[in-house]
Amino acid sequence: MNQPLIDLQHISKSYDGTMVLDDLSLTVKENSFVTLLGPSGCGKTTTLRIIGGFESPDSGKVIFDGADITSLPPNKRSLNTVFQKYALFTHMTIAENIAFGLKIKNKTKAYIDGKIKYALKLVNLDGYEHRSVESLSGGQQQRIAIARAIVNEPRLLLLDEPLGALDLKLRQDMQYELIRLKNELGITFIYVTHDQEEALTMSDTIVVMNQGYIQQMGSPENIYNEPENAFVADFIGDSNIVPGIMLRDELVEIFGAKFTCVDKGFGTNRPVDVVIRPEDIDLVEPGHGTLSGIVTHLIFKGVHYEMEVTTPDGYEWLVHSTDLFPVGRQVDIHVDPFDIQIMNKPASEDEEAIGVNE
Amino acid sequence: MNKKLLSGPYMIWMVGFTIIPLALIVYYGMTDRTGAFTLENILAIATAEHAKALWLSLGLSLIATVLCLLLAYPLAMILRSKGTGGGGFVVFIFILPMWMNFLLRTLAWQTLLEKGGVINGILSVLHLPPQNLINTPAAIILGMVYNFMPFMVLPIYNVLSKIDDNTINAAKDLGANSFQTFWHILLPLSVPGIISGINMVFVPALTTFVISNLLGGSKILLVGNVIEQEFTKGSNWHLGSGLSLVLMVFILISMALIAKYDKNGEGTTF
Repeated sequence: MNQPLIDLQHISKSYDGTMVLDDLSLTVKENSFVTLLGPSGCGKTTTLRIIGGFESPDSGKVIFDGADITSLPPNKRSLNTVFQKYALFTHMTIAENIAFGLKIKNKTKAYIDGKIKYALKLVNLDGYEHRSVESLSGGQQQRIAIARAIVNEPRLLLLDEPLGALDLKLRQDMQYELIRLKNELGITFIYVTHDQEEALTMSDTIVVMNQGYIQQMGSPENIYNEPENAFVADFIGDSNIVPGIMLRDELVEIFGAKFTCVDKGFGTNRPVDVVIRPEDIDLVEPGHGTLSGIVTHLIFKGVHYEMEVTTPDGYEWLVHSTDLFPVGRQVDIHVDPFDIQIMNKPASEDEEAIGVNE
Repeated sequence: MNKKLLSGPYMIWMVGFTIIPLALIVYYGMTDRTGAFTLENILAIATAEHAKALWLSLGLSLIATVLCLLLAYPLAMILRSKGTGGGGFVVFIFILPMWMNFLLRTLAWQTLLEKGGVINGILSVLHLPPQNLINTPAAIILGMVYNFMPFMVLPIYNVLSKIDDNTINAAKDLGANSFQTFWHILLPLSVPGIISGINMVFVPALTTFVISNLLGGSKILLVGNVIEQEFTKGSNWHLGSGLSLVLMVFILISMALIAKYDKNGEGTTF
């Protein structure tokens, strides 16, 4: 069951001298939902296209179920792709679109007809066989693109930002739809997106990428709660990333105040980056917290208030809370030890938070 | 200002230079010298001499159209694969000869093909026997293909360049090899361009008299030459108009085909 289905070994790829992927290695287990997440240009789509066979890597190997498929053309690979803008065949009906892969494989008409019915039912579009592509909405076209891919019973489905062109509500519905499909079909999904919320909602495993390198790979909880570097912390959700000094195990100094944390093994008096999520900051009455400041900004966001608390050193802390503290109010900041995440200082540019160099 | 006034010049142009001449052709085509109604001018196409010219015209322009299609489609595919940057430049190179006068281009071929022309000159240097190149149907076809080829390439390129790369990738992803991808995806999707290109080549080829005059000599008469002669030499405008009306039927069939297969005007380049 949990055999590696895809094994990317030391993949490098560059276009016109620009390095897109640099010595990337990645293993995807059978029956998992893996999301490649990152900003545009991070190499996530290139990685997917290399797995699909639409690009060949400059060096490295693509191993599929134990066999080297690096030089195999896409039509010889037992996987299917759902493309960003659906890429349906506009000169064919919906049924002909879905049947395309099966007709190429010379399946019988009865088999194909059965598959079309099954696939349309699966994507909740029964009875759409004879409709034209143009008569369908974006969401429906995307479902057909998925149906067209899955009737071929691929062991691996690649999805290249399939929900990117849909509006928010439809996107959320389709996210649940995809999770349901994945569970019903029991096939492996590799999903590419730049939308961190989409990644957190759907995946078993998230691979955060930037500038051609994998920054962190782990479960959604792991990625969100324990980002390994400033880039991951900044890209996944809102966060306060502040400089700190690790005084000793389980004690970090931030802007002169000592916070108890749970991290160990950074040595003593070592400069580090500290990540604190806005929802993990508790605002308390002056004298009851660790760091004092003044509320300088307040926005009502629906589920919570978004506040900015400026501390004497000038840093504006982003705070999410259901408790209201009006602008100008003197408050103290308190953070529970396990809500403090300590990271090493960025070792290279790709590990830095976005915007640091811009 | 009244917006209708703006369309005034076009209305005058249309009436003066399209509708009235067409009406005159219909009038001349359906009357004799005395002005009495007759179908003789139209039925004259059935006489051996005229029918032969018509069949020859249809045959030669059909061959030229097929040749243009066979040459243009691969070229359009190459242009498409070059992408917007490279493709644009190659298209420019390709259109370049079109800026030269049509007559000059055809005359150039005359000097290349004629008995004492450039090609036979090269052959004699190589001690090869001179070839009878000019004044043959093949020379006319060559002239047609050379002159009308861009009109085939551009609509096909136009349609092909609008096909998303991922549509082709999707076909391959679903197991189609290169030929299957071409046959099931690219070719059907480029039908509007092909139909448009066929029309843009077939109609002018069918009606040409310049190419056949210059490269076919006086021996090979196309229907365009017959009509031209009726107007310029024979001075029988009635017969010329009658034959023009027959030719127009073929053009109308072509236009009907465009309307049927190119509903969205996708293949239209100009």
